[in-house]
Amino acid sequence: MKQTEFLNTVLPLKDKVYRLAKRLLVSRDEAEDATQELYFKLWKNKKKLKDYKNVEAFAMTMTKNYCLDQLKAKRSNNLTLVHSNYKDGNISLQKEMELKDSVSKVHELIATLPEKQKMIIQLRDVENYEFEEIGKILDLQPTAVRVALSRARKTIREQLTKQHNYGIS
Amino acid sequence: MELANIENLLEKYDNAATSLQEEAILKEYFATEDVAPHLLEYKALFTYFNNNKEERFTKTIPLKRKQPNFWWLSIAASVVLMVSIYVSSNSEIDTITPQEQELAEQALKDTQKAFQLISQNLNKGGNVAIAGLSEFEKAQNKVFKTEQ
Repeated sequence: MKQTEFLNTVLPLKDKVYRLAKRLLVSRDEAEDATQELYFKLWKNKKKLKDYKNVEAFAMTMTKNYCLDQLKAKRSNNLTLVHSNYKDGNISLQKEMELKDSVSKVHELIATLPEKQKMIIQLRDVENYEFEEIGKILDLQPTAVRVALSRARKTIREQLTKQHNYGIS
Repeated sequence: MELANIENLLEKYDNAATSLQEEAILKEYFATEDVAPHLLEYKALFTYFNNNKEERFTKTIPLKRKQPNFWWLSIAASVVLMVSIYVSSNSEIDTITPQEQELAEQALKDTQKAFQLISQNLNKGGNVAIAGLSEFEKAQNKVFKTEQ
């Protein structure tokens, strides 16, 4: 694989790789480091890269493995606060504040999920992969992906409903 | 999109039975402003997913990591080695002065003379010893009375 080919096929994945890394590693710095490290690895293995039919799935699998290794290496509990810029809608201010709160609540809720469910939520609801692709990336059966995804979605929804009903403390 | 349809889709969504197209419909619906009040928690969820998708990797990706290059070090070492050998061999030749040369030649001559004297005297001694040996043989013949 030549440099231009690499730049055209692998480099556009950098945001997806970064977002998955951040979902798992939580901290922005660690996710950035992981992305750089992963791209360095991909670049080093660029000759082997064209043997893979689905380079994207391969890159995502590598991301998953690398991040899980990182997590295993130092069960890091340093949950640094993540800054996100949410877009302003035209809803009234109070509603907007409430929404902002619950949007960041969603982030916290996803962070409490098990790693597998986190990855599946990320790949499905953010990156919009098909179940088959997610199964390939995570080395799971598509039905297993579906079950885990349903479990994750229900957990988040229940927590959100609870919070919505009792109001924000 | 009518509300009943959305609610229907949401139920499917919770069971992870929606297709990507159906999820896109949901995302679209919750991106609008008039969301039914009892579905507001879903709005947070889908807003979060949309926002998250916007997140970008902003750092640069260095493809070639800089590795320390030490190839010049070997050249430098060999140059130093060659220079040092050249300098030391030169200085050795330089240290021999004509006087020293003369002295050394004198010493060589003296030594050769001494060796010559020793070898001449050793030769004399050798002849005497051989003469003695023939005496010894005569005596032996007398004792054993050989047939001769």
